Amino acid sequence: MGYKIDEYLRQDKLPHIWCPGCGHGTIMGNLIRGIDKAKIDPDKTVVVSGIGCSGRASGYMNFDTLHTTHGRAIAFATGIKLANPELNVIVITGDGDGTAIGGNHLIHGARRNIDLTVVLMNNHIYGMTSGQFSPMTPTGDNATTAPYGNIDQNFDLADLTKASGASFIARGTAYNTRQLIEIFAEGLLHTGFSFIEAISQCPVNYGRRNGLSSAVDMLKCQRDSSVNIRKWDSLSKEEKKGKFPTGVLYKEDKREYTEMYQEIIDSVQEEAK
Amino acid sequence: MKDKIKLLQGDEAVVEGAIAAGARFFAGYPITPASEIAEGLAEKLPIYGGKFIQMEDELASMACVIGASLSGLKSITATSGPGFSLKQENLGLGMMIEVPCVVVNVQRVGPSTGLPTSPSQGDVMQAKWGTHGDHPVIALAPSSVKETYELTVNAFNFAERFRTPVILLLDEIVGHMREKVVLPDEEDIEIWNRKKPEVGPENFNPYEETDGLVPPMPNYGEGYRYHTTGLFHDRTGFPRGTNEDAKNLMDRLMAKIEGNMDIISLYEEDIRDDDEIIVLAYGSTMRSAINAINQAREAGIKAGWIKLKTIWPFPVDYIKEVGRRAKALIIPELNRGQIIKEVRENVFGNAEVHGINKYDGTLIKPEEILNMIQEVK
Repeated sequence: MGYKIDEYLRQDKLPHIWCPGCGHGTIMGNLIRGIDKAKIDPDKTVVVSGIGCSGRASGYMNFDTLHTTHGRAIAFATGIKLANPELNVIVITGDGDGTAIGGNHLIHGARRNIDLTVVLMNNHIYGMTSGQFSPMTPTGDNATTAPYGNIDQNFDLADLTKASGASFIARGTAYNTRQLIEIFAEGLLHTGFSFIEAISQCPVNYGRRNGLSSAVDMLKCQRDSSVNIRKWDSLSKEEKKGKFPTGVLYKEDKREYTEMYQEIIDSVQEEAK
Repeated sequence: MKDKIKLLQGDEAVVEGAIAAGARFFAGYPITPASEIAEGLAEKLPIYGGKFIQMEDELASMACVIGASLSGLKSITATSGPGFSLKQENLGLGMMIEVPCVVVNVQRVGPSTGLPTSPSQGDVMQAKWGTHGDHPVIALAPSSVKETYELTVNAFNFAERFRTPVILLLDEIVGHMREKVVLPDEEDIEIWNRKKPEVGPENFNPYEETDGLVPPMPNYGEGYRYHTTGLFHDRTGFPRGTNEDAKNLMDRLMAKIEGNMDIISLYEEDIRDDDEIIVLAYGSTMRSAINAINQAREAGIKAGWIKLKTIWPFPVDYIKEVGRRAKALIIPELNRGQIIKEVRENVFGNAEVHGINKYDGTLIKPEEILNMIQEVK
């Protein structure tokens, strides 16, 4: 199907600043298609981003947009949403922004199950600052601050957000655009904390230090290592090695934070009458 | 009238003042000696249809308050020294993107965990320079419970009128002591609200000087679809990365505060024509200062006092003028000497300047100020 994307982009701010081969532009494009598919009101939609390559996405998107401090986008978004629950609030973050400096806000946003849609562009590296390892850089890989190989372990972000209380958890890739658009649309329409990990590629600051110097190689790698969740459970432990599931990984009907707060207001005001 | 007379502590007066000023959002994190503000607003805000949220940390609280203000609610957070340190980066963003909000710091003795339940005025310079880079600051310091109520209302009005975070610096004495307060009637309270744009979205630039130096501000969700960033930006809100934009924005941010000193600068004085010794104080220290001056006058000493209610921006012109007519200035502070540096710089070559400083968690007694008055007379 055809998507209207022009009206959701600030055309005069393009072309974007991301490097040739970067997956962030593809993911942002798919997010916009997801917004179009979900038919949410653009005048009632706020996009909040943090710092890093992912943080720049908010400037290109034609909504109320807020480019905040490093790691804190979810906390800003929490204030925006709680102050006016009518708004659709989308957070765009990265693996450094969202899981290192902003990790606390990620788990607490999930714990509250506040109605935000969090898109975490995971390119496995600090790209904007030229290639330091992040919590999502695979163990053993190289980075400017891991010249002898990264010994840090990674998060499984689906497990992390599930244990923290998120009620919608999904993962997609820049490679599989069709799937990612579906995930974004579903996540946007879900009421509660929606966490979407979008696997991106950074050929310039991650790939070329780790034997994947072209975007094409990195996209092929995304294709070959991702398995749709519908097939995932039928794989043996051996077959799952080096692979990850994609699609909607978890979904639950659960009470949402701003709705619960409104109930407090209603009951307190009723009592005061 | 009867229910307008209350026995309140300073922290509770912040709660009352915030509600009266129209605050409808609080985000915070528990900390001594400011927790009573959170507790009070957790109870009161939903009664007025407002929202309270306890965040996971101080950084998140500051962020949340800025977010709520962008959605259109008058917003407040409250903390003490350690938390105030943690809030600084996001406070700087609030100044840069011009978001009205109020940040209360009930000062305790620092650095570090320090003396959590003892009074201090050690964060005066942190209020001015805590966040990185040059930036505009409005900071108010009440000396009584009644003044806490009044300055809380002032803080919201300045925040809304000048589109900037305003810092309310209590100290542990003012925060925790109880006094009788007569709350004003609602219609007697002057309330300022942020200026909204008069143009439609198609002609709107979020950081344009349309009428004075303070740009109008729409709420999120009103169709303006504008961009805001902590990067230096031009009138459109977008960064161009030019040195010219950086200078223009910084100059406007400073000018909108410094150009309105006549409104922002609040102080009181009791100085007779022939008074030679002036005690300048702020916050709880002011109480001992006034007591000491009264005793000095009874002893025939020509002494008077100045009470700073707005400590930042510092009233430079006023203090210069005082320095020309006084023989000596005495500055009692619960720190190793912070405001005294501003005074010295501005009265240089005129009056002598003496400090009385306590930083061990005890307060400054009237006798200590009186002794200094007798020494310098």
